Amino acid sequence: MIDLAPLWLTLKLAGLTTLILVVIGTPLAWVLARGRGWWKPVLEAVTALPLVLPPTVIGFYLLVTLSPSAPLGAVWRDVTGEALTFSFSGLVLASCLYSLPFMVQPLQAAFEGLGRAPLEAAASLRAGPWDAFFSVVLPLSARGYLTALVLSFAHTVGEFGVVLMVGGNIPGRTKVISIAIYEHVETLNYAQAHLWSGGMLVFSFVILLLVYGLNRRFPVHVS
Amino acid sequence: MTLLSLDITAQAGGFDLAARVQAELSGVTALFGPSGAGKSTLLRAIAGFEPVQGRIVFDGQVWQDGAQSLPPHRRGVGMVFQDTRLFPHLSVAGNLRYAARRAQGAIHQDDVISALDLGPLLARRPGGLSGGERQRVAIGRALLAQPRLMLMDEPLAALDAARKAQILPLIARLPQVFGIPVIHVTHSIEEVTQIADRLIAMQDGRIVASGPLAETFARLDLGAGGSRFEGGVILRGRVSGGDARYHLTRLQVAGHELIMPEAGLHAGDEVQLRIRARDVMLATVRPEGLSAQNVLPCRITEIVSEAETAFAEVFLDVDGQVLRARVTRAAVDQMGLAVGGQVFAVLKAISFDRRLAA
Repeated sequence: MIDLAPLWLTLKLAGLTTLILVVIGTPLAWVLARGRGWWKPVLEAVTALPLVLPPTVIGFYLLVTLSPSAPLGAVWRDVTGEALTFSFSGLVLASCLYSLPFMVQPLQAAFEGLGRAPLEAAASLRAGPWDAFFSVVLPLSARGYLTALVLSFAHTVGEFGVVLMVGGNIPGRTKVISIAIYEHVETLNYAQAHLWSGGMLVFSFVILLLVYGLNRRFPVHVS
Repeated sequence: MTLLSLDITAQAGGFDLAARVQAELSGVTALFGPSGAGKSTLLRAIAGFEPVQGRIVFDGQVWQDGAQSLPPHRRGVGMVFQDTRLFPHLSVAGNLRYAARRAQGAIHQDDVISALDLGPLLARRPGGLSGGERQRVAIGRALLAQPRLMLMDEPLAALDAARKAQILPLIARLPQVFGIPVIHVTHSIEEVTQIADRLIAMQDGRIVASGPLAETFARLDLGAGGSRFEGGVILRGRVSGGDARYHLTRLQVAGHELIMPEAGLHAGDEVQLRIRARDVMLATVRPEGLSAQNVLPCRITEIVSEAETAFAEVFLDVDGQVLRARVTRAAVDQMGLAVGGQVFAVLKAISFDRRLAA
């Protein structure tokens, strides 16, 4: 019988990461879309770093930063009683960093495409900035959000290198699908490896089909 | 009467705005000037969308003082944009509701819907509306935000003449029907004369004239920038009757009777007429045997000679209304025209601009 624990762990990790990223990514994308200062390209470059860095580099730095002997890791351990390295919490943190560009870039593009016009219209109708964001920006950026959410989720599901370095391979805590596949291949258990790999392939294809299909077929309407 | 006091400067992309005016706003105030004069920038500054330095006070409330600026959504300004900016994710009814939900006041949704004939459009999406329909919805939406001041940024620029003719009277009526002063940006002198009660004229980022329409209009082309349209005056009159046999309409203007070709007017209508300076001839004695039949006795109030040209502009007083004649400087000298002198003005053509509220 197949052990489904890696599946649930992967979904939990990707779901939580996506949720955290939408909260962090929205203001970050907003600032990048609206900003004009010298800092904008700097911030953009930093945000895009996870796209180009080898996962091992991110994983290595995270390992160093999160370890209980480093300040951040020490504070976390003092507060929660748990180390960040080789834990699910550390994995969530690492995934947020790793998938950040997949949340920020579609949102930034959506906000930039919107321009100032709808915001000025909302302000002229007495809507304050927060009100205008939720009543106008959010619905008009629905496609950008859909793309950002799906890509962040899928990309987190597909991560491997960072997880391996930061989380290791602890069943039920850090052993996600990609790690499970790696383990099956290492132990020459090809039947299980086929099963999980095939599942991932289908999942990824369906997700991408969904994104491209929805973007093409349905103009966004909210009443 | 509401007072708008402006003294602002701004630099935007090599463009210099330095606007200073104390404008009394009542009815429709046209913000008029050639393209690139800074009209839209000024309007956006009033709305709070353009960063400027200086001071803006509207009806006793300080909107801007130095770096302190009241955010746009607290100014109570209804803005109608040239590109309408209706929310595409909401229906027409949804767009109206968006404004109505955020403001309370004397303007009722039903009145707006009937005044602008929005009933048939309510269920539709902005994307499916024609340009004119979209502008009507945008005007309605702005009204339902219960603004203290309506700002219109060339809302008709993208419309064809027929649609313009439908919407202009709607805009002209807004101040009376809903009790809100309107500032209407336009570069079309025809739009100005058709809907404006007052005028603010701009040129090269500066305000060059401001005041009631007739007074301001009479001198508009004389300023530093020279004329970009034909100088003339606006006269107010009342239709006193018609002549069915000759298809003429009789008007009372400044206590005198004028006649003009029939223009679908009725006795008692208050009308506004536009008379170009070059369509006015002067005579020192009442002319006889002349095909032009409109002759008004006037007094010369001012003579402005244009250096380097053959012409002079003669300003005339006709029982309190201003008339203007464009004659040659040679004629001024040979006829001995001088300020205070009595002359007769012969009107060669009168054009009817609009019917005023009776």
